[in-house]
Amino acid sequence: MDPEAAKLMGKYIGAGIACIGMGGAGVGVGIIFGNYLAGALRNPAAAASQFSNLIFGFAITEAMGIFSLVIGFLLLYAV
Amino acid sequence: MAENPIEPIHQFQIHDIIPLGDVGGIHFGFTNSALLMVISVAAVTALMLVPTTGRRLVPTRMQLIAEQLYTFVADMIDASAGHEAMRFFPLVFSLFTFILFSNWLGLLPFSFTVASHVIVTAALAVLVFLIVLIYGLMRNGLGFFKLFVPSGIPWFVIWLVVPIEVVSFLSRPISHSLRLWGNMLAGHIVLKVFGGMVVGLASIGVFGSIIAILPLSMAVALTALELLVGALQAFVFAVLTCVYLHDAYHPAH
Repeated sequence: MDPEAAKLMGKYIGAGIACIGMGGAGVGVGIIFGNYLAGALRNPAAAASQFSNLIFGFAITEAMGIFSLVIGFLLLYAV
Repeated sequence: MAENPIEPIHQFQIHDIIPLGDVGGIHFGFTNSALLMVISVAAVTALMLVPTTGRRLVPTRMQLIAEQLYTFVADMIDASAGHEAMRFFPLVFSLFTFILFSNWLGLLPFSFTVASHVIVTAALAVLVFLIVLIYGLMRNGLGFFKLFVPSGIPWFVIWLVVPIEVVSFLSRPISHSLRLWGNMLAGHIVLKVFGGMVVGLASIGVFGSIIAILPLSMAVALTALELLVGALQAFVFAVLTCVYLHDAYHPAH
């Protein structure tokens, strides 16, 4: 196999592997919204006050998925 | 790459509208990105100025939008950063409305999403980071570094916690900028991928055109999702700015 083709193959396989990390972010975001919903149904009066905490936790968790996506893009277009 | 019209990252190309020439080997020009920034700022300014010139007790619809936007951001700062952080209201309001308007205007056909270039979001995030750092040091002096030493921690864990807190503080502008950039970039790429599927399927005949309804309806649904994501990411960016500003006011947590 010539080195250029091997490099291309590694690039695409690496980008694909990097995107697995987004699955973890998906699980995390699901846990956050699920638990918020469970808490909001138990105590609807307190739900509105926790909305910005919800968004904050969502943003922090989602960042992990975005990082792996960025690694994927870097491998595809920048390496 | 640029010759292929279905290439999904073709939309992120920056090109000059008015070239301004080269100065010292650096190219200057009024680009499509700059044009969209100017349009966004003009739209925000118009929204805030036009309905509030003749203020009425019973607001018109436009005035109601402007007032709701103001109250929304004011409540957000009050809840996430504390009431004394209201001095930073202009900053947070400008960031929120600029990102919101540029995200939504970027969804229009033939327009350009400003936040899809990491340099733009990085500039905004570094601005917030430096404001928090400088204002925190100005307000608390060296007491600002209590931010890195959480209270109520046993002495034998401090050597582990402090480096983690320092790294997490320093990585804030990175995650702050990459979040907005990644969301915008990924959303628009997905939109164009589905758009490319429509073109590809429609070009193979009548049967393909019928099948092309599927990705077309998906693209419509994704556009609706992108409206939500654009607003949500503007909100997230502003909330995180408030949370970071809270640290500048209350470093000992």
